[in-house]
Amino acid sequence: MTDSRVHPRTPTPDPQALPASLNGKHVPLTAADETRDAGPDARTLLVSVRELHVTFPHRRGDVHAVRGINLDIHQGECVAIVGESGSGKSVTARTLVGLAGSNAQVRSSRFEIDGRPGPFDWRTLRGGFAGLVLQDALVSLDPLRTIGAEIAEVLRVHRIGGREQRVRALLESVHVPDPDRRARQHPHQLSGGLRQRALIASALAAGPPLLIADEPTTALDVTVQSQILDLLAERHAAGETLLLISHDLAVVSRLADRVLVMRNGHIVESGPTATLLSAPTHSYTQQLLAAVPSAASRGRRLSHQPTASSTTAPNQPAPSTTPNPVPPQSSTTPNSTPRSSTAQTRAPQSSTGVRAGQAPSTSDSDQLPSGVVIEATGLRKGYGAHIVVDDVNLTVRRGEIVGLVGESGSGKTTVAQLLFGLTPPTSGSVAFEGAPWTGLTERRRRPRRRRLQLISQDPLSAFDPRWTVGRIIAEALPASIVDQDTRRRRGRSDAVQTLLERVGLGADLLDRYPRQLSGGQRQRVAIARALAPRPSLIICDEPVSALDVSVQAQVLDLLADIRDTDGTALLFISHDLGVIHHLADRVLVMRDGVVVEQGPVDDVFHNPQHEYTRALIDAVPALEVSR
Amino acid sequence: MIVVRRLLTGLVVLWAAATAAYLALLAAPGSTVDSIIGDGADTPLIRAQIIQEWGLDRPAVVQYLDYLWRAAQGDLGRSYLLQRPVREVIADQIGPTLTLAVAAALLGALLALTLAVTTRRPWARRVSSTFELVVVSTPPFLIGIVLLSIFSFSLGWFPVSGGQGFASLVLPAVTLALPVAGVLTQVLRDGIDRAMDEPFVVTARARGLGERAVLVRHALRHALLPAVTLTGWLFGILLGGAVIIETVFGRPGLGQVTLQAVNSADMPVVLAVVVFSAFVYVVINTLADLSYLLIDPRLRPAPATPTGA
Amino acid sequence: MALALDRPLSVRLRRPSGAGVFAAAGFLALALVAAVLPGLLAGDPLAADPLHVLEGPSAAHWFGTDQLGRDVLDRVVHGARHSLLIGVVATLIAVTAGLLLGLLAGLTHKYADEALSRSFDALSAFPLLLLALLFVAVAGPGTVGLVVAIGIATMPHYARVVRSQTFVVRQAHYVTQAVAFGHSRTRLVLRHVLPNVLGPIPVLAVIGLGEAILAAAGLSFLGMGPQPPSPEWGAMLSEGRGYLSVAWWTTVLPGVVVTLLVISLTVVGRHLQRRFEGRHP
Repeated sequence: MTDSRVHPRTPTPDPQALPASLNGKHVPLTAADETRDAGPDARTLLVSVRELHVTFPHRRGDVHAVRGINLDIHQGECVAIVGESGSGKSVTARTLVGLAGSNAQVRSSRFEIDGRPGPFDWRTLRGGFAGLVLQDALVSLDPLRTIGAEIAEVLRVHRIGGREQRVRALLESVHVPDPDRRARQHPHQLSGGLRQRALIASALAAGPPLLIADEPTTALDVTVQSQILDLLAERHAAGETLLLISHDLAVVSRLADRVLVMRNGHIVESGPTATLLSAPTHSYTQQLLAAVPSAASRGRRLSHQPTASSTTAPNQPAPSTTPNPVPPQSSTTPNSTPRSSTAQTRAPQSSTGVRAGQAPSTSDSDQLPSGVVIEATGLRKGYGAHIVVDDVNLTVRRGEIVGLVGESGSGKTTVAQLLFGLTPPTSGSVAFEGAPWTGLTERRRRPRRRRLQLISQDPLSAFDPRWTVGRIIAEALPASIVDQDTRRRRGRSDAVQTLLERVGLGADLLDRYPRQLSGGQRQRVAIARALAPRPSLIICDEPVSALDVSVQAQVLDLLADIRDTDGTALLFISHDLGVIHHLADRVLVMRDGVVVEQGPVDDVFHNPQHEYTRALIDAVPALEVSR
Repeated sequence: MIVVRRLLTGLVVLWAAATAAYLALLAAPGSTVDSIIGDGADTPLIRAQIIQEWGLDRPAVVQYLDYLWRAAQGDLGRSYLLQRPVREVIADQIGPTLTLAVAAALLGALLALTLAVTTRRPWARRVSSTFELVVVSTPPFLIGIVLLSIFSFSLGWFPVSGGQGFASLVLPAVTLALPVAGVLTQVLRDGIDRAMDEPFVVTARARGLGERAVLVRHALRHALLPAVTLTGWLFGILLGGAVIIETVFGRPGLGQVTLQAVNSADMPVVLAVVVFSAFVYVVINTLADLSYLLIDPRLRPAPATPTGA
Repeated sequence: MALALDRPLSVRLRRPSGAGVFAAAGFLALALVAAVLPGLLAGDPLAADPLHVLEGPSAAHWFGTDQLGRDVLDRVVHGARHSLLIGVVATLIAVTAGLLLGLLAGLTHKYADEALSRSFDALSAFPLLLLALLFVAVAGPGTVGLVVAIGIATMPHYARVVRSQTFVVRQAHYVTQAVAFGHSRTRLVLRHVLPNVLGPIPVLAVIGLGEAILAAAGLSFLGMGPQPPSPEWGAMLSEGRGYLSVAWWTTVLPGVVVTLLVISLTVVGRHLQRRFEGRHP
């Protein structure tokens, strides 16, 4: 679009040359800005924003997403904005390219891009000045078009010739093998990593000096994430300026020069990455860092506040001292409060699974000499020629937390379904509480069903949308209790309230619908429902993957408490090695349907024997903090 | 493989439709001979001819199979009222109806595309949505009557009735196109709205693409998918609507023949028109399903599994 | 008329304005009164007045008079009973049959499902109007044939919605996971599947009712419905058509009433749909 406000850096490069950034050098920007507020170092300011406010008008009160933040991005820097969902980090990033939304109201005392105040010719700036990379390339690239067409579109919009060669060069520059063939393929035909590379190539196509990456690795497996981070680091080393948006401090710590921590639209703390991570000054940053589960956090509470059940004996109504656990400030408990049973979890390998201090339970498995709750032998599941799970042997003992870790497609969820009895195995068998579990008709399994519960990643879909919280939990209670009082009062029984209190929720939620709850509350309700039939084993399939790190911390603490007080065994399935290392006693590492390594969690993670385990551990972005 | 499966399904549906029509004939009160003969000349000779032609003296199963076999060959029986094979009757009258239907379909699709793409601003949407609601909720014959009284009776721009020439096609085609356009616009707009919420639209905008280009190059193709599903339904409106529109505007065509056959209980013609329309429906629907594969690469059988990392 | 009977009712539409919903609900209430107690609102629909034939709308005759001097408004009011009754009964037939067959297809074996689904396909291969004409050709013109024909022709739509909804609910996490509480399959179906499948049906039926009324008007316009002098709307339009060049009100005004009724049903139905979706995602 020919516009009178044509940008000075409108990319009209020499058609023979690659885009500037591809050659690793940048056209120097106009020097006029350097004299004015150039920040600590005298490099060119690409973005300079003061007192930025972004508001979304809404019928029930406006949403004030960004509340007066200041942001400078210098040429060649990597700046990261970190925050949990709803912190305003993505809105901030999108505002820089004028994409906050058609109804967004943006105010600021200064808004300069490339040294110029507005109004901006956004269409030239987008792609030309700043490239945008979003989370999941499967939906962030048009699924109906080839990736070659998607990359070429950027070139066409910015009037850059020689498209075919450039598309190939761009794909090569992001290390996509066989670029000519890949360019003709659609996003769904590419693996997650290749897709993300193609998306990055399209963002870089017109040679923008600034690359904005909004959660660029969140949808990826850990090994792929590591490769994409390498790619971004490579671009950064070549001179590209990066603005990284992430919920994950560890991801950020690997790349960023400077970190800004956002919460509720404010920047609560900012500074050089090393300083901020090692010596955080703001309490929220401290909480965030403390909430990250890892090897270092084993046996320690992650969240700022104890859940109700940790102070309450099992099966007794908890005093409702903490009916609403949400505001973390209300507690004075230091965040390093040791869990009540540190000693147990510290020495899992010395234990055979049955531990002291787990007396208050009357479960059937008490009578089992071995204490084995579930045992899978030679489990195999195939769909036609495609083997999803191959010869998996697995044992969970009473009171034990067993981690099952693997990347997407490793078969870990299929293992959960086989154990839960949703699908029959192709071969192999499962014994539950010492009796056969697979090979039975559902009718014969039914009486024992309550002893085995499941918690899934997305609790919203696990609740009947028409039912209230009270009714949802009451459904899981044994029929005797239900008959006594629930039928009359529709889910308002004492038993239901006791369960809610155990997971740290108040009775005020009884009449809510699942949709009206926050993500953390939903997962707590799911846990309460799983506890209701007093199971001996709960299979947790990625139960915290959809949660923010501080909420994840509370849920992990709650699960640890439940094991400690009830002696309920957990099979904890996750892609997150940090979560597993924090919580589990033993771990199984799965890849392509096969368990490649298993053992006590410290042994496996500190001294991995299998090369895949090593690769996994190496790929985990470590949080470089000295605690 | 998908193609073969789809074609087989189409055949099964067609068979079921022909069977349903045949059952309707059997279910008619009175003897089958009475039904077939309708208001036509009733002589012992014709009766004998019908019994012989439809094989009514043979077992029911044989009759049914015979009916299917002849239908498969395109032999749809004989109208005793008109004294000629039904196939000829249909072939004679299909022309004007086809012209009307195609003109209306094109006009409706064009109008829908224009409206869905151009009315993106809130006030324009409001106006367009109201228009869609009204044309979809109005009986088509009322639309025809109103157009007729304005443009033919009052203004005299178009002939009141008849099927000759382009001028006589305008009002019927517009009448039939309006409800089609109303529904298609709703579906297209909804599809565009959904697509515009997708992350790839943010990516496209972040490349510097203008709104119109995002709409036409990205969102519209996604919006076409649900619209294509409606093709079969569209055909139903067009054929059913043709019967009414031809009556209102006094046009010759398949609709008039059908109506006449219904009023005089000329079963072979009614049956043939119904089975014929089911045939066209199945063909169109199968084509629409296959065109899905052209629009959406995700539905195509994968030549290679995702590779690389 | 075969209008929009099989169109996807799940289309996400803009929220109708509050005033619009209010007006639509008011009009529906009026139509209901007209259908139940037409005498409250209007005089004798059959009272001919040879001295006032084909008179335009006036204070005495708001909608004018027809070729026999009958008050058009009185006839429209009395016609509400016919049209609504035909629409309601046809929709009831369609919803009931669609519900049963859809549930059967959704809950049974995959071969039974395949057979049922193909027969829904076969049934919807006939354009509604042609299917209805086939019925009339077999059974002769009349209200009963009309109702049955519209009911059968619109049934596949409901059956398909119910079937696919049943599949969605059956595979929903909350149903697969409820297995863990040791309840029987029957109980799961009764407690979780049925209510979640049935939920959207009343709203669909309200919108579908408008379309059944349109279809009935179209068929009786062709002379396939209630016979004169019954004040049925489609039949009135058909009668008035002969006088179109001299008395537009005898056709256009009853037609506008049909349109308003259908619009009102659609607006109210969509409003309920939004409310419903808002409460249960």
